[in-house]
Amino acid sequence: MAQKVFADAEAALDGVLFDGMTLMSGGFGLCGIPENLIRAIRDSGVRGLTVISNNCGVDGFGLGLLLEAGQIDKMISSYVGENKLFEQLYLSGKLQLEFNPQGTLAERIRAGGAGIPAFFTKTGVGTVVAEGKETRDFDGETYVMERALTADLAIVKAWRGDTEGNLVYRKTARNFNPMMATAGRVTLAEVEELTAPGALDKDMIHTPGIYVDRILQGATYEKRIEQLTTRPRDAARAQESV
Amino acid sequence: MAWTRDQMAARAAQELRDGFYVNLGIGIPTLVANHIPAHMTVTLQSENGMLGMGPFPFEGEADPDLINAGKQTITELPDSSYFSSADSFAMIRGGHIALSILGGMQVSQDGDLANWMVPGKMVKGMGGAMDLVAGVRRVVVVMDHVEKSGAPKLLTACTLPLTGKRVVDLVITDLGVFEIDRRGAAGMTLIERAPEVSVAEIQAKTQAQFKIAA
Repeated sequence: MAQKVFADAEAALDGVLFDGMTLMSGGFGLCGIPENLIRAIRDSGVRGLTVISNNCGVDGFGLGLLLEAGQIDKMISSYVGENKLFEQLYLSGKLQLEFNPQGTLAERIRAGGAGIPAFFTKTGVGTVVAEGKETRDFDGETYVMERALTADLAIVKAWRGDTEGNLVYRKTARNFNPMMATAGRVTLAEVEELTAPGALDKDMIHTPGIYVDRILQGATYEKRIEQLTTRPRDAARAQESV
Repeated sequence: MAWTRDQMAARAAQELRDGFYVNLGIGIPTLVANHIPAHMTVTLQSENGMLGMGPFPFEGEADPDLINAGKQTITELPDSSYFSSADSFAMIRGGHIALSILGGMQVSQDGDLANWMVPGKMVKGMGGAMDLVAGVRRVVVVMDHVEKSGAPKLLTACTLPLTGKRVVDLVITDLGVFEIDRRGAAGMTLIERAPEVSVAEIQAKTQAQFKIAA
């Protein structure tokens, strides 16, 4: 029986990395990012990456690590505003960038995993996003054609997973991970807790194991918070800070 | 007297209706949550993948797996739900969200919106803004009436790269409220003014053509 479980991120990446490859990396901001696999990819020294990810981490964490190490040639993202190095590299021409509207990015990845080569959307019609793309009218409205996205390798992060690669995400850490898991020619999942078969409720699986080629339990999770916002316990003042 | 940020948010909250599913943008739109009338049920959507956004957590209770689209830590409510970003934008694109309140840099008299990019200066990305204005049934922009330099932001045509064409239904500035007939040809109409703000002052600070109903 094919063995999907690997001891750690480095072992799981064995044989799947090559220079110039396309990499999908799950997460929204720093929430739900495969931080162990990203560190191991940094350590591998692989270069010339095209990275598909909603954001590009922050300086010193997440995909920011690959950016600092000069491993990324091109980013396909919807928002990179949290990363100063990104802006510098882009404005100096050292980094290519393709901005996608967030929903278009999510749907391009979903389509890629579902075998749909392209789709039409209203998003971006009449803006730079639609420039050079085919448009078509349906029922009196104009739509732009967007192509599907796949990747040589997708790395995703889930909360719990089992030896079959079934995954369960937690709260808003789900974000882009489920679609990316379907759109990698090879998909690697890291989880906080690797469970025995039968430990996950089969009705509550978010990503069925068919999409996951290799799974590992992450060695450490920093789970850094980007914008810590809280309210005081004083109930009278609590109303103000929503 | 021009409206404060909080007064602009309170005015935007008047656009809410009982039972609405609403997406609030970053900045002044976020403050709208403080002005939801007590008798009204409004469900806030966060486009990273949540319905039923709760308030900020108490100190020491922040959960790194629970953030809003502005990457701020938040909480869940008893009837909240989580889903993927693809499901989230299916909701948005599919017209299931009733109202989007967001910030703006420029709005044209036809309802074009620019709020994501200043060429050569700001390289951040559009995030979900283009999807929201394309898919949400009613779009309200809350912004200052003029730039810090005094340059008008309500224009005959936007000069910055667009977020969407003919997408804005209502603009709330610190000086007044403008309705836009984005689906028809009636253009922009001034429907409310902040207290003691004259039509003449608004005209002087507005490049867009507008009718006056207030």
